[in-house]
Parts: sequence; C-alpha cells; structure tokens
Amino acid sequence: MPNASFVRRSLLAALAGCAMLGAAAPASAQGVVNVYTNREPGLYSATLDEFTKATGIKVNAIFSEQGLAERIRAEGANSPADVLITVDIGRLQEAVDLGIAQPLQSKELQQNIPAQFRDPDGLWHALSLRARTVYASKDRVTDKAITYEGLADPKWKGKICTRSFQHQYNIALVAAFIVKHGEAKTEEWLRGVKANLAKRPSGGDRDVAKDILAGVCDIGLGNQYYVGLMREGQNADQKKWGEAINVILPTFENGGTHINVSGAVLTKNAPNRENAVKLIEYMTTPEAQRVFADINYEYPVRPGIPVNKLVASFGDLKPDSMTVAELAKMRGKAAELVDKVGVDR
Amino acid sequence: MHRPIETSPRAPGRGERVSGVAHMISTALTRPRIWRTTLPRGVPAWAVAVAVAVAGLVVAPLVSLVLTALSADLSGWARLAADVLPVALMETASLLLGVAVVTGVVGIGTAWLVTAHCFPGRRVLAWLLPLPLAVPAYITAYIYVEIFDAAGPVQMALRGWLGFRSRGEYWFPEIRSLGGCILVMSAVLYPYVYLSARAMFLTQSACMMEVARTLGAGRFELFRTVALPLARPALAVGLSLALLEALNDIGASEYLGVRTLTVSIYTTWLNRGSLGGAAQIACVMLVVVLGLIWLERHGRADRRYGLSTRRPRVAQPTPLTPGGGLLAALACAIPVALGFGLPFGFLVREIMSRGLVAQIDAAFLRHLGTTVGLAFAATLAALALAVVVVTAARFARHRLTEATRAIAGVGYAVPGTVLALGLLGPLVTFDEGLNAVWRWATGGRLGLVVMGSAAGLVIAYVIRFLPIATGSLGAGLDRVSAGIEDAARTLGARPRELVMRVQLPLLRPALASAGLLVFVDTLKELPATLLLRPLNVETLATLVYGHASRGAFEDGALAAMVIVLVGLWPVMRLTRGAEARMRAAPAG
Repeated sequence: MPNASFVRRSLLAALAGCAMLGAAAPASAQGVVNVYTNREPGLYSATLDEFTKATGIKVNAIFSEQGLAERIRAEGANSPADVLITVDIGRLQEAVDLGIAQPLQSKELQQNIPAQFRDPDGLWHALSLRARTVYASKDRVTDKAITYEGLADPKWKGKICTRSFQHQYNIALVAAFIVKHGEAKTEEWLRGVKANLAKRPSGGDRDVAKDILAGVCDIGLGNQYYVGLMREGQNADQKKWGEAINVILPTFENGGTHINVSGAVLTKNAPNRENAVKLIEYMTTPEAQRVFADINYEYPVRPGIPVNKLVASFGDLKPDSMTVAELAKMRGKAAELVDKVGVDR
Repeated sequence: MHRPIETSPRAPGRGERVSGVAHMISTALTRPRIWRTTLPRGVPAWAVAVAVAVAGLVVAPLVSLVLTALSADLSGWARLAADVLPVALMETASLLLGVAVVTGVVGIGTAWLVTAHCFPGRRVLAWLLPLPLAVPAYITAYIYVEIFDAAGPVQMALRGWLGFRSRGEYWFPEIRSLGGCILVMSAVLYPYVYLSARAMFLTQSACMMEVARTLGAGRFELFRTVALPLARPALAVGLSLALLEALNDIGASEYLGVRTLTVSIYTTWLNRGSLGGAAQIACVMLVVVLGLIWLERHGRADRRYGLSTRRPRVAQPTPLTPGGGLLAALACAIPVALGFGLPFGFLVREIMSRGLVAQIDAAFLRHLGTTVGLAFAATLAALALAVVVVTAARFARHRLTEATRAIAGVGYAVPGTVLALGLLGPLVTFDEGLNAVWRWATGGRLGLVVMGSAAGLVIAYVIRFLPIATGSLGAGLDRVSAGIEDAARTLGARPRELVMRVQLPLLRPALASAGLLVFVDTLKELPATLLLRPLNVETLATLVYGHASRGAFEDGALAAMVIVLVGLWPVMRLTRGAEARMRAAPAG
C-alpha cells in the first residue's frame, strides 16, 4: 500500500530521473556537434566514434526514422541541430524545401564528391550511394538481367514482393521513372507492377528476401546493402533469407541503375557550424568512406574507394546518368501517383 | 451523468478508470455550459489559476493543429480527399468495426462465463483474462509476424508436415493484413470490455438473475434477456476505450501494412513533406474521435442501473456439464493465450536463446533509467495537477472549475501522433518567448529549453494521461462523504488543510492506482515519444521500435520484456484488489 515513504521514494526516483535526463541533455558549448539522423544508429556509430577520436568533438545524436526535418523547421532559430543526415534524397530535398538547409561551399567536399551527387548550391552533399536492386529467388528465377520497366511485365503476375510504395526508397524510384518516362507512362507502369504483386506491400526490404525464401514470391525490390547485412550479419535466420536470393542490378531501358543517396545537410541555424562542417568533410575521407563500403555494404560516393567484395559480386554498377537533384523534384508527384494508382491497397 | 459501474467502495479499479475517463471526455465535449460572471469562491486563487492553465495546456495543441490545417494549401486538400482519405477512412472504419465486434464478443462472453458459471479453472482464468493489457499492441504485432509469417515457425512446420515446398501451394491467412491487424489489436484490447462487463455483472446481476431463474428462464435466455441488456453501458465504456486505443496506434498498423488515418498522417507529413495536409487529416481524425465519444454516450444514455439493495450480492455461479465446463474453460483460455501467452512465451524464448540478459550494457541501463525517470516525472506531474483540478472543482462548485475539470479529460482521446504534431508549435513558441526575454536580459543565446529537454515530452505525457488521474481521483473524491468535509470545516479547517489532512489521506488508494496506470501508459507510449524526444534520448519503446525498423525485432526482445513486466505489475495489482473486494461481498 502507498504511504509516506512510498511517496518519498517516488519523489527521489523522479529527481534522480530528472538528473539523468539533465546529464544527457546536450550543451551547446564548444567541442560538440548535434546530429539529427534517420539512419539506423548502428550504421553510423563507428564512424561517429572515429570522428570524436580524431577531432575531440563530441557527437550528440537523435535517431528517428521520420519527422526530423519538420522538427528542425519547427524548432526554428533556436534548434540545436547542426547536421541532418538522411538515408535518402527525398529527405535531403525535403530539408531544402523546408528552408532549413544552409549552402556549404567546401573545396574538400567538391573534390571528394562527384557533381552528380551534390546539390549545385551546396545545400546537400551525398555521403554514400545505394542501388535499388531486384532480389530474385536462387531456385525459381533464371533471369540474369531485368529492367525496371520489365517489372510491369505480366510474366511476373503474382510473383513480386515489395515494401510500401510510399516508402522513401520506392518513392525515389518512382520519381526517377517519372524523370525518364513522364507521368502518364509512370502511372501505367505502376498499374502493371500493382497487378503483379504477390501480396500487399508491407514490411521492409529484408522481409522481401524472407518472403522469397518462404515462396510467397519470386522477385522483389530491395537495396543492395541489406543483402550484405543479412548474409554477413549475426542473425542466423536472416542469413538464410540472404542466401535464398541473387541480386540483380536492374537498369532503365536505355539507361543505368537507379541510385539513391544518403547525405548530409548543414542546417541553417547550426549553432556549432565549424564542427558541423568538419563532420561532413570527415564523412568523405577515405577512412570514413571505407566504413560505408565495408560495414554498411554501400557504394562509396568518393571515387577510387573499393566497394566491398560481396557487393562487387553483384556485378558492375552502372549508375543512371540523371542527377539526383533532378529526381528529387519529382518526389511529390511520385507520392501522388502511388496514391492515385493505390499500389499499397 | 450517472456513472453506472461501481466496482468498489474505496480503491477504484481499472473498470472505474474506464468509466471515469469516458465520463470526463463526454462531459467535456457535450454538456452545454452557462457561464457565470462571478469568480469561483472557497478556493484559493492560485488553485483556480492552475486549473485554468491546465485546461489551456490541453487545448493549445488542438488549437494549433486546427490553425495549421486551415493555413495549409487547399489544392493539396483536394488530392488528399480524392486519393488518401477514402482509403484511410475505409481502413480505419473496417479496423474499428472488426476490433469492436471481436473485443465485444470476447470481452462480454468471457466476463459472463467466469461470473455466471462454475467450470474448471474459473478463478485462475478470471485473474488471467486482464493480463493482455500489459502487452502493447505494437509489440504483439512484431511477435505475431515473427510467428505466423510465411517464414515463421508455424508455416515452416506446416510445410514440413504436409510436404509443401513453397508458400504458393497452400492457403494460410496473411498476418500482414487488415484481418491480422484486427486479430492483434483485439487480442490485447478485449480486457477493456472484459473488465467493465465483469464489474457490471458482478454487482448488478444477482437479483435480476434470481428473478429470471425463478420465472423459468433457461441459461441462454438468461444471457440474452438479462446479461446482454445489462452489459450495454459496460460495453459502451469498454469499447470506446478499446477503439480509442486502436485509433491511436501507429506501430502495429504501420507494421502490418494497414493504412489507417494515423498512418496516413505520418506518410502525408513525411513523404509529401506536408505538415498542413497531415494536420488536415488529423482534424478528420478528431471528428472520428468525437464520433466514438458520442457513441459511448449514446450507448449509455438513459440507462441507469441503480442498485435495488444497499449491499449488492454476488450472483451464485451455476455449474455446467463436464463437456460444457471444458468448452467454457477453453473459450476463456484462448484469449489469454493469444493476448498474453504467445507474446510472453516468444519474448522469453528469444531472450533465453539469444542470451540477451548477458548483453545488458551501460547503454541499456541508461535508456531504462531515462524511461523510468520520464515516467516518474510524468506521473508525479499528472497526479499533482489532477489533485488541484479535481479538488478545485469539488470545492468551488463553479462552472469555471467544472469546465477545467472536464477539459482536462480530453487529452486521452487525442492520439499521440496528433498530440505531438499539435504540440510542436506551442512548445517552440514558448521557447522563443523565453529566448526573447533571455536575449533582452543577457544578450546571449539560450537555445530550446522545453523542446530541447525532456520537458516537452513530459508535457505531452501529462496532457495525454492526465484524464486517467482526474478520472480516478474524481471517482475517489465523490465517495468521500460530505459529512467528513463538513465536520472538518466546522472544526475550522481551511481548504488547504482540508485537502492535505482529510482528503489526500482518504484518496491514497485512488492516488496509488491512478499513479500506477499513468506510469505504465507513459512507459508504453510510442508515437509522441518518437517525435518529441530530445537529443540522445531513447526510451524502451523507441528502442524496440528502432530494432524492429532495422528488421531485427528479436534484438529488442529484452526492452519489450521489461515494458511487459512493468505493465503486468499494476494490471495484476488492480485485478487482485478488485477480485478480492468482489469476493468479499456476501454471496447470494
């Protein structure tokens, strides 16, 4: 039963809790950089630790899959955020559209990142590249090459799995399709893909591999690095999923593979601007880029850094020539088309 | 309005929280008010000020949301209305309907069985049936997918036995579907109906059942003509709570691929970068909430179940045939197994087989500390504010304080996502004000005080869970006889002394149970926490969500288990208390 000491104990615990939160709250003193990221924290922590070791700058981070750019905008002039790191061009463009990005002209970044993968005005910079690939069952699919357009081919009827088409990775693909073929053709393509789906879009890219293993479908859309994470990770189940599939690098007809980027934005009101620039530049050094390649199984954005062996075994990546900035402009249209066709229904 | 369920003379149980909350919400939204021009008397001015401030706090995010929705681009609205809303409304309506039917049937059915009949395991089952309340829907969803998915153990075993090689060769229900979502939500939400129905059957049915039996009613006739009509108010209260929870959910429906209104708010906001559009959908959602509350009120309207005797008797359960008894036991055991046994067993297995306990590290303990700290802060704040609001309303008996008490009850009906969306604006405005003052005084930069610390999160928790506290304390206070207060006043007690020395001691059980419930709900809270937490802050719930979104829910099993275990404690405590009191009542 509650009594005076119960209340006292609760009070003490609450105070202790507040003290802990106080300790965790970031101070905007020197030697700090505050990162908002929608990358899974595990993927970045190694690089961030290295950065702290190399520079002595402490990194505070908050991870949320969604809503960070909007939150920075809402926080306004007093936002503690210095850098926004995202997994997708859509999020980078959103930051620009919301007016929370600050142009950054850095010789080092311009040297390290090809022009195709950074904003012309320096509002965002890509850090790594990711290909939207096709996972194909080792047992049931013999095709060695496939086009994005071909996903609407009726021969795949009832055989395709994917995560939600409203997910940023698929939205970026649809946006790229619009850049290539225009809205009307894209709508038709989406209807074709929808007709081929084995089940309603749900789950994540790893679930696609899992469903292929279980025989729910034969092919599906997924980013290349998940295969590395599944095959070489700690989880015995996921190893089996990863082993059940081959990765095909699809291309557009008369084009290359659809590339998405992870990237960084320097926020407009960054309270620790200098440190933030240091962090973004650090991300493009050979050491950091090798981490992207070997630990995250991504394609490094900096030319000349070798890709991981497993990723290299998927074949030579031929990125499509469209600039990422071009694609980003079609993002809103893409989301509308996906709703209009009702791919997720 | 009359409150039909009285579970106990002293400590209110879960059923009462249920009726308390629903009562507050419906009063807040529907009772017309005439404002008196005089100020409340008999209460210190600061208490009235605090009560009014609390009401303002609750209303602020809603006002901000409506303003955002109105200021947004209307061409976007046309597209939303054409492409997004019809699906979202349809999915939401189907989900709510499904959850209503399943929780209604299961909740009332099991409550009637354990109350009216004797069968093997009845006592244990009566005690086990509320346990699924401790398991958050999003955790259940992750676990059900692990178990029932095409690559999960059930279908693997099935393929092994029957010799199928691939998923295409046989039929099996898809768990990632609307049906799966209804199953998952109903499995953890039916206890809301069960608890209120059981309380109703126990306290109300003895006399009526005996009369009906005397008049020759059979077992099923008894259920149809006595139990069902009796259960209607309980059903309304329990269902409205279960449906509000289902509407609030984001984790489970998103994971199972169901595009509800809440999920649409997320995707509209985040994929289209349209806060205004999201706010517009949020407003539509508030209309749905109002609809639910209207249903609840309508369901109870004009049903007053006063007791015919001063001391209610507990109905004497009738025995069933051996076969019937077994069936009844099975019917009660299945919901427990689905809502509690399966998730709990899965978590235990994952924790054991992966050696997760050995992997507890400093970071996990820090997140645990953060979670508990936040929950304690929110609980204390909610209790303190609730005491002021409720006692102010009681002493002043004035429309102003009554209105504040009613408004304080609205937050529970506002889904976490909507609340977070609406709070963003007011919190930042407050911070900007602080900064302006600070700059004027010192010339320096202060940064975000509320949004940048855990304070914003605690405020969100308080708004959302305050109704639990005001409901419980209000119900408790209603039972303190006016005679005691009058005696204290006659002896010269001022309002402060009356509260501190008379009422708070009497309210201790109500405070304890309200505190427990706020604590557990805060611990489980996901949507608002995701959007409002400051840098470096993780709670157990966001930890589980993070692992799941990485495709590795099993790694979060330990965090999930802690949430479930902490949640079990109050559920068991409240159930045990309520069951003991019911049994203490003289049998008929």
